[in-house]
Amino acid sequence: MSAPPARAQTAAVAPAAAGDAAKTAHVTIRGLSKSFDKTVIYDNFDLDIPRGELISVFGPNGCGKSTLINMIAGLVPTDAGQILFGGRKLADVNFGYVFQNYREALFPWISAFDNIAYPLKLKNVPPAERRARTEALVAHLGIKLDLALYPYQMSGGQQQLVSILRALVVEPEILFLDEPFSALDYEMTLFMREQLQRIFLQTRTTTILVSHDLEEAVFLADRVLLLSRHPARVAAFMPVAAARPRTDVTLSDPDFVRTKAECLSIFQREVRRS
Amino acid sequence: MRSRKAEAFLPAIGVVGLVAIWSLVTWRQWVDPVLLPSPVATFDSLWHGLSGPLGVDFLKTIYRTAASTLIAAIIAIPLGIVLGSSEQLYRSLEFVIDFFRSTPASAMFPLFLVLFGVGDETKIAVAAFGAVLVILFNVAYGVMNARKTRLLAAKVMGASRWRVLFDVMLLESLPQTFVGLRNGVSLALVIIVVAEMFIGSQDGLGHSVFEAQQLFDMPRMYAAIFAAGALGYGLNLMFLLIERRFVHWSGK
Repeated sequence: MSAPPARAQTAAVAPAAAGDAAKTAHVTIRGLSKSFDKTVIYDNFDLDIPRGELISVFGPNGCGKSTLINMIAGLVPTDAGQILFGGRKLADVNFGYVFQNYREALFPWISAFDNIAYPLKLKNVPPAERRARTEALVAHLGIKLDLALYPYQMSGGQQQLVSILRALVVEPEILFLDEPFSALDYEMTLFMREQLQRIFLQTRTTTILVSHDLEEAVFLADRVLLLSRHPARVAAFMPVAAARPRTDVTLSDPDFVRTKAECLSIFQREVRRS
Repeated sequence: MRSRKAEAFLPAIGVVGLVAIWSLVTWRQWVDPVLLPSPVATFDSLWHGLSGPLGVDFLKTIYRTAASTLIAAIIAIPLGIVLGSSEQLYRSLEFVIDFFRSTPASAMFPLFLVLFGVGDETKIAVAAFGAVLVILFNVAYGVMNARKTRLLAAKVMGASRWRVLFDVMLLESLPQTFVGLRNGVSLALVIIVVAEMFIGSQDGLGHSVFEAQQLFDMPRMYAAIFAAGALGYGLNLMFLLIERRFVHWSGK
């Protein structure tokens, strides 16, 4: 295994993790490298992602936020390095992935319900059980949607909610969301943050969310992963202490505002560098 | 509400206008009545013809058009999916497909006459040849232009190559496939009608138009033209209705 120094750095900026022995690393990334053409996006990158937390990934434009989760989720091949999930490879891991573009990620030819149940079909679950598990998930999360509709008959937020449910139906141990709310209007974004937080509190699934909105990144996260310009380093892995469920009140809470300001100053420092 | 109702009648205005001008022209005898019979004479001929020989011709043309489109679809849809699912494969055949798609199918009549003789087979084969290329081209592009995110979504959920092909690509290509089928059936009708005029035919709308003209039976000729028009419009409408029923997500 290579390059422990960067790992030590990660731990140093995340003191909360060190104090909490129960929080073991879920995803361990070691020596990750990736280039597009001649641009080095990641060079010998190390990171530990703790289990059962919601991690927001934030950083300058083009620093490789989405590339990081796409490599972890196997959508983009790595050039070098190793990514393990509690010691296992991706092929042995149940995971869910939510795309930014819900309109193109859902299947318009089947109902919202069948969209949510589709991953179970891929896993050869018999139809009756598919139905039962999908209904159980929707009931468990208290989602109020008419799932007999086709995706194109729903609002953007509803479609993204269906996408999230589709990712959750396999009871994933890890959930990836790539800028899931950036195509929604502000009102819908607020509503969806609340929904995602509720889902997270119910399932406690390790969640990695890429965001381009700092307020959203801090509001939703247990920890904000701040990346530098490429080649990306961990600029900070900032814990967000605010208690859940977080509400509109949290947004003006002094602690929350301070954390956000700190993230912003680190972000600006990284943007100005180079 | 009232304006909605009124809007439903808008398409009728063109029809009424056309018949009105036509009636005026024949009534004032601005055009030789031998060349342009009155609407009444024409529709009388159409009405009586359809329950007689024109009806038989109409059915014959439907049969030939349907047969050639069906054959074309059976060949072109699976082939289009195979070609479309590999962009390199399609690119390597693109020139050949485009070349023959651009070749007037009527230029192939002599060749097909040699191959199939003067019977129905030749007409159906040439029409099918034209329609195959149009449908093939559209199906292949429908598959190639499948939304990348959708394919990726299926892949990330663990779908195999075959699953992606059947659950995603095939359905993604359906709207474009229907565009191909509509264009294909229109082209097939054109080729069939031309073939019925000139390739030793005893029946069919093309034959009917041509024979009426030779006999100078103008009401019958116009009636046959209208019958052909109605057939073309009806076929297009039929495919549109099927598409709306089965490809409900098209354009959404």
